[in-house]
Amino acid sequence: MAPETNAPDFMGLAGLLTEDERQVQAAVARFVDERVLPIIADCFEHERFPRELVPEMAALGLFGPTFHDYGCAGLSNVAYGLIMMELERGDSGLRSFASVQSGLVMHPVHTYGSAEQKQRWLPALAKADAIGCFGLTEPDGGSDPGTMKTHARRAGGDWILNGAKMWITNGTVADVAVVWARTDDGVRGFLVERGTPGYTARDIQHKFSLRASVTSELFFEDCRVPEESRLPLAEGLGAPLSCLTQARYGIAWGAIGAAQACYREALAFAQQRVLFGQTLVKKQVVQQRLAEMLRRISTAQLLAWQLGRLKDAGTLHHTQVSLAKWNNVRMALDVARDARDLLGAGGISVECCPIRHALNLESVITYEGTETIHQLIVGRQITGEDAF
Amino acid sequence: MRVLVVVRQVPDSTTAIKIRPDGQDIDRTGVKMVVNPFDEFAIEQAVQLREKRKDVESVTALIVGPAQAAEALRTALAVGADDGIHLEDPAFDKLDELQTAALIAAAVKAGGYALVVLGKQEIDLDSGQLGPALAELLDVPHVGAAVKLMLADDGKSFTAHRRIEGAEEIVEVVLPAVVTCDKGLCEMRYPSLPNLMKAKKKPVKVLKAADVSGFAETVGALGGTTLHTFQPPPERPPGKMLDGEPEQAAQALVQLLREEAKVI
Repeated sequence: MAPETNAPDFMGLAGLLTEDERQVQAAVARFVDERVLPIIADCFEHERFPRELVPEMAALGLFGPTFHDYGCAGLSNVAYGLIMMELERGDSGLRSFASVQSGLVMHPVHTYGSAEQKQRWLPALAKADAIGCFGLTEPDGGSDPGTMKTHARRAGGDWILNGAKMWITNGTVADVAVVWARTDDGVRGFLVERGTPGYTARDIQHKFSLRASVTSELFFEDCRVPEESRLPLAEGLGAPLSCLTQARYGIAWGAIGAAQACYREALAFAQQRVLFGQTLVKKQVVQQRLAEMLRRISTAQLLAWQLGRLKDAGTLHHTQVSLAKWNNVRMALDVARDARDLLGAGGISVECCPIRHALNLESVITYEGTETIHQLIVGRQITGEDAF
Repeated sequence: MRVLVVVRQVPDSTTAIKIRPDGQDIDRTGVKMVVNPFDEFAIEQAVQLREKRKDVESVTALIVGPAQAAEALRTALAVGADDGIHLEDPAFDKLDELQTAALIAAAVKAGGYALVVLGKQEIDLDSGQLGPALAELLDVPHVGAAVKLMLADDGKSFTAHRRIEGAEEIVEVVLPAVVTCDKGLCEMRYPSLPNLMKAKKKPVKVLKAADVSGFAETVGALGGTTLHTFQPPPERPPGKMLDGEPEQAAQALVQLLREEAKVI
């Protein structure tokens, strides 16, 4: 059987999936085709977060889909990855929204929260009656969360938070922020609700990336939260780092979607564009570039699939996620840039998707661990030496 | 009242279709199959009736097709149908619309369905015959291409709107009946992921030819049509470019339209 070169699915990822996973992917793909693609370029151009899609995404069950309780779908991690892949085929900003809601907010509440916290927040987050954000990164250093300046001190039965967080997806639209702060006992996590005195958020302006998603700064000035708002099971930096592993896992899948969108547009263009009397696809140099894109997308797909299988088996190591995030996002950024170039002058317009994806992926390659950080994580795993 | 929705699975309209070398079918490798869009309206309409009306007890989704057709059935179940019937047998593969209608009629006549809904046509072979044929074989009235459907309060009849040339026709029909659905009736909701998972647990009856009483006699007696071959439409001849000044080109164009194309 001839390999599929349009999606592309050259190595037959579809054949490796369960029927559940295939149906989940088809359902989300349809949503992206019908609801996201018609509006997303305009959202990006005008720096608008398509908030109207959030209730629809919630109704589809896209938030916290791997949980078996709280009204969630109980899907495999491979299915979760496919959801991220399809969403990011639409736009990295939209996938970021979903990543944060599921991986960085619902995950810590589910893993580290009290029964009351779970009951209060998880059904609301799944239905998007509440939107969440995740505050770990600070203005003075994203890659080194150990130097966190935000701190929380005990005041009677309460905690007083002071500090600032930066580059926070969903910050100003969030009803609840998962905030990480230093305490005398080490790093702890707090659920801070919108409107809590001393907690403010402000959007970061002048972004040329992830323009269809909200990125904010959070400020805490003597912000008092009760002990019941602390995530009781989160102790130390390992807790927020486990959240990052969740998010990075989704990104490793998501980036494939962005690359697929760029490849498809470049291929369609090369098939109809005539230059020097021939369509572009008849040129050796163009074929070589398309083959290169397809090769890299295909290897990323298999890497992501194996990552998902390891996660479903419960044997996934976070350094494997680092390797996949590094490989797949680098792949997607390179594919997007090359597709942009193949499209010629038209490629600089947001009417073609590669420039939007390329600009978005500049963020994706930076957030949730920069490329260098992931290389150093893998390097440390090889050598046993910490070289950050 | 029990409602039956007939669902068909068709190739996704965005897929490029290639005809098999033997001309007997399209090449189905890698072709994405979806629920027939007109049947989606029927699924949504049936589910809405059941959600709004206490007297609508259940919605059953039915499909005739190979094992893969179970995916379309599962979509109907995820959207809200309560149970499914999958008529799956190699003997069903080559049935035409009339024979398929006879098969469905034989399979459901004991089911006591007051209302049967389905799309007005299927987007692959486009015959549009299944609905009317099914009504005929069930010996009930048929309303074609409805864009609005309202069940009477007593649940014994309904009013349907049909778009006809320059007007809308409103008909009142006593149940049981078959209604085929047109675009505009309603849009099918997206099946949610939790419901897709729950759909797996809903009961689906798989029926083989031997399970459908009277299949051999009824369907065999119908004769039916035989598909000869699929052919792609002839390629369009290349266009002709007219050079020269606009005045001369316009003149040449008019001349060609009159003398060669004979359209003016």
